[in-house]
Amino acid sequence: MSALQMIVNGTAVDVDVPESRTLAQLLRYDLGLTGTKIGCEEAECGICTVLVDGVPVDSCIYPAFKAQGRSVTTIEGLAQGEELHPLQRSFIDHGAVQCGFCTPGLIMNAAALLNENPDPSDEAIKHALKDTFCRCTGYASVMQAIRSAARARRGEAPLPVNDPPVSEPMHAISRSVPPIEVVEKVTGQARYTDDYHFPDMLYARTLRSPHPHARILSIDTEQARALPGVRAVLTHADVPGENLHGLVYRDWPVLCGDVVRYVGDAVAVVAADSEEIAARALKLITVEYESLPVVADPKYAHSPEAPVLHPQHPTGNLLKHIKVRHGDIEQGFAEADVIVEREYRTPTTEHAFLEPECAIGVPAGYPDHEKLTIYVGSQIPYQDRNQIARAMGLAEEQVRVIGTLIGGGFGGKEDIAGQIHVALLATVTGLPVKMLYTRQESLIFHPKRHATIIRIKTGAKRDGRLTAVEAELYGDGGAYASLSDKVMTRATTHATGPYNVPHAKIDCYAMYTNNVPSGAFRGFGVTQSAFAVEQNMDLLAEELGIDPLELRLINAQKVGVTTATGQLLRESVGLIETIADVRRDMQHEQPEFRWAWREGRKAYAWGIACAYKNTGLGGGAPDRSEAEVEAFEDGTVEVRTAAADMGQGIAHVVAQCAAEELRLAYDHVRVLLCDTDLTPNGGPTTASRQTFMTGNAARLAAGALRDALTQSAAEMLDIAPEQIRYEEGLLRYNGDSLRVGQVVQWMKSHGLSARARYEYWAPPTQALGTGGDMHFAFSYATQAALVEVDLDTGEVHVHKVLSSTDIGRAINPLMLQGQIEGGIVMALGNCLTESFIIEDGVPWSRLLSRYKMPGIKTAPEIISRLVEARASEGPYGAKGVGEIPSINTSPAICNAIYNAVGVRVFSLPVDQDALLRAMRAGEHEVYAAWHDLR
Amino acid sequence: MKLWEHYHTPTTVDEALSLLAQYAGRARIIAGGTDLLVEMRAGEHEPHHALIDITRIAELTTIARDGEQITIGAGVTHTQIVHSALLQQRAACLVESCGVVGGPQVRNVATLGGNVAHALPAGDGTVSLVALGAEAEAVIGGERRWHPIQALYLGPGKSLLNPARDVLLRFRLAACGPREGTAFDRIMRPQGVALPILGCAVRVRLTADGTRFERAQLCIAPLGPTPERLLELEVFLVGKTADEVSLRSVIDLAQSSLHPRASKYRASAEYRREMIGVLLERTLTRAVERARAASVDPR
Repeated sequence: MSALQMIVNGTAVDVDVPESRTLAQLLRYDLGLTGTKIGCEEAECGICTVLVDGVPVDSCIYPAFKAQGRSVTTIEGLAQGEELHPLQRSFIDHGAVQCGFCTPGLIMNAAALLNENPDPSDEAIKHALKDTFCRCTGYASVMQAIRSAARARRGEAPLPVNDPPVSEPMHAISRSVPPIEVVEKVTGQARYTDDYHFPDMLYARTLRSPHPHARILSIDTEQARALPGVRAVLTHADVPGENLHGLVYRDWPVLCGDVVRYVGDAVAVVAADSEEIAARALKLITVEYESLPVVADPKYAHSPEAPVLHPQHPTGNLLKHIKVRHGDIEQGFAEADVIVEREYRTPTTEHAFLEPECAIGVPAGYPDHEKLTIYVGSQIPYQDRNQIARAMGLAEEQVRVIGTLIGGGFGGKEDIAGQIHVALLATVTGLPVKMLYTRQESLIFHPKRHATIIRIKTGAKRDGRLTAVEAELYGDGGAYASLSDKVMTRATTHATGPYNVPHAKIDCYAMYTNNVPSGAFRGFGVTQSAFAVEQNMDLLAEELGIDPLELRLINAQKVGVTTATGQLLRESVGLIETIADVRRDMQHEQPEFRWAWREGRKAYAWGIACAYKNTGLGGGAPDRSEAEVEAFEDGTVEVRTAAADMGQGIAHVVAQCAAEELRLAYDHVRVLLCDTDLTPNGGPTTASRQTFMTGNAARLAAGALRDALTQSAAEMLDIAPEQIRYEEGLLRYNGDSLRVGQVVQWMKSHGLSARARYEYWAPPTQALGTGGDMHFAFSYATQAALVEVDLDTGEVHVHKVLSSTDIGRAINPLMLQGQIEGGIVMALGNCLTESFIIEDGVPWSRLLSRYKMPGIKTAPEIISRLVEARASEGPYGAKGVGEIPSINTSPAICNAIYNAVGVRVFSLPVDQDALLRAMRAGEHEVYAAWHDLR
Repeated sequence: MKLWEHYHTPTTVDEALSLLAQYAGRARIIAGGTDLLVEMRAGEHEPHHALIDITRIAELTTIARDGEQITIGAGVTHTQIVHSALLQQRAACLVESCGVVGGPQVRNVATLGGNVAHALPAGDGTVSLVALGAEAEAVIGGERRWHPIQALYLGPGKSLLNPARDVLLRFRLAACGPREGTAFDRIMRPQGVALPILGCAVRVRLTADGTRFERAQLCIAPLGPTPERLLELEVFLVGKTADEVSLRSVIDLAQSSLHPRASKYRASAEYRREMIGVLLERTLTRAVERARAASVDPR
């Protein structure tokens, strides 16, 4: 311990801390300034940015003693009392905050920029924010917020908010209200799991397998237990209940005892007085392994010679064979005048949410904690509770899961991470235990987007009408099932594309391998199949000599079409309108539209692609969500539901629904999310389902509350309920009015509760293969990408994306636009930058520096339009939006690359090396990155 | 894990040297730490008992001009270099190469000395220092003297400097004079590799009439385990007309005489050979333009 003196946010600080501290650790853990977030500890993501003597630095790799005597400014020091800094104000106004985890880093960097340059160009903003990443927004709103704040600081009028026009705005619905907890997020007050602290809390670490496949011969924890400061070392033998978890199949050991199946499998967990002691203890655990043959490839996994990874699974390494049969495939191809068939590959990709996983377990009996309580930023709190209870041998009611804010999820926080481990450690030690993953641990551990191999054959008549689609998909499910069954089912059922295809035969093989497990990731399998479907469409268009937009219009799904799974589309199919929007915008871009042109050593071209994506679980799975709405005497209302807000904004959606039904001011509605003791089950935050499902639950619960209030008011006033109407938080009747709070008061005094709960059940769906409605709604999208290819280097840049998305209704147009922009940029990463590389079962992408997500310089200009083809069952006509923007960007870009340089890319990410060499050699197809060429 | 126990911020070179001596191999020099800490976290170094931070030694953090010589302290940050009017005018390639390193958070702390001590052959600052013909002053094994910059490089990540014993002090280079121009450019891969596929820096001097190359200094990296000057190309260029024809012929010579290798997930050898042409064209064109613009001594 040594004395460290500095000025922090204008106040002199004099602390005695270990010299090994980084500045981020000092700020967060010694000074309690948790607004500074730690994202990678590699100087890659930039979210830990603070100012030292006015200049931005990455505090995660800045030794604290380097700042001795300096002045440090953090996000907490930006506002002047209650007065927000113009950047903080502007980030809120322009919708530049979603999960909020990167927000402090973005704002601190921008603050330094504006101090140095009060009128920065877009170029200067991008230069300053080049290495500060945001995974949610897609950067467009961030750019606008900074431009606007710069104006405000110069005393000029702020820029207008770019929210998209919508039809029929209501009282609170279709209004761009600010999201919940946004002030906390821009000021650094918002609390994510690692920002919680409990007295006497212990710190946990996990010992993970270094082998992709091995038998465990022995585990010796004696030395680790003997290390001073170690409170518990647990292995499989210490799991009191079932040593397995899993969302669909329970095949994933809580702690491995006999076999490890991937690099990252958990073998032991340690709780100690400090994170450092826990880390040292891991090194003292000796595990003897016997290596087993590795199954590194899904096709090999399917072969008879491959070792079987889960002997109890009835179909061996074949986790699931998924089939779509529609019409008569032979007849379909016999009717075709033109047939194209190609094979596509997509890589494993990583969510790279900026908040690494963290969980805190608090034992039953600890102050203020009646039962075993887990704090975690999870997408599925009730299923967490179920899985924790099973492993602990407890009843579900004996476990409480409290959802904290989530620093991004995108599907990657659906599976169990440290939840069960901290439950075990807290129970054994009798103390709170925190388990925070490092970025590097997060990278190897959590389920990813499935790598796929997709062979697809598409037939069409001379006039462009599709006759048949035949496809074979292989999905690399990795070591454990996670959501592979569901993800690959979605890839399969969407493999016709959003088109009218009379004959289809699609087979998908979801395989177990020794790679990192694959699970949910925004787009949920459809991102992969669309990459293949939409390039085959362009291949057909070329063979047929039909304009690519026209070919899609000829075949577009519309009301009256039956999908390949046998579902008759009866309403809310806005695909044709999205195509029309994009066509109009493309033509607007140039006086005389051209698909491709050249300027100097650069080739430019447009490419387009369409997409559709189901809303909700579908496939016969019971899909329900419950919400509770309570009114208080002060006239406010609280909505409670366990639906996770990972930045996408379900919190403001349910608040808007309640405000709408009660005609209340939006700021009179509070939201409590994700506490299994206090909030009813909103179901998993997955499958673009929450707006539809929990939006409906909140809407109907608020409606029920309104009815109860009306009933009471009628009694109170002795008038007919029909005479009462709701306006601006008032109940109006016969020229007079009552406040909501007055009615609540009356109800209380009469022993009535001003609370209503509603369990919403989605319209029934049917299992794949049984025909009928597999899903209760679909969203649709068309995108056009304007791409530049450097003819000298093969470098690809996306300049612009034109997008039109049918989402039924925009509940919150500005925040919905953020979903679309963020989804597009994430999909652009999927196309151009991202690949989680695994070599024979061993991840090479073990560092964030080896996994590049798109930064602000890569982000294109996005022009986004909305189509609101109402879904009659959706809340006010809305359907899902979370995933639909992330599906067709990759094929649109690859179609554009082909149009620009005549080379079609069949494997992602686009490899400039292989692309340039194909261009030079006059070849037209690229099937692999250069390092995979054989 | 604790990666170090003690953190020292000496204010003189002697103090830094004596701290190193005191720890007898269990301490090492740190400047910005942007490479070192990441590598320590990744387990590429044994934890060090102590880190000796040289960035508070005043004489190591300044950029100065002494006649035709420019000296740059080893602890000068990339941001200082980018903002230096002197370097913008007299060593533009160094400004360009330091300007593309990381984002502002990294450039504000990462130092030129750190870039060189890290000893990666394609370090952006390195490539420009080599083309500029820089020298480095260091205390190595107790002996304080100047070394040609390339002499510090023993192999990828292997430096002549022993960070537990030696201190890199400063660089010096001849400022660009009349009819001289420099340029730097690089090619990156958008996927997960932080290192450039290829970097290239050039320094040229034109004849008094501005039509021919009087002198040329070139560095392209990585072409081998250490950064090297491309002497065959330099000799070839001297006396050639500064035009498109010479450019094509020097590119042809470079592409036939240089043998870049493939690096895993970064680039194929063929791609790198193509990029040699692209980078030479871009940098030589720009350097010649700058040399012509500098026909009058900027002093």
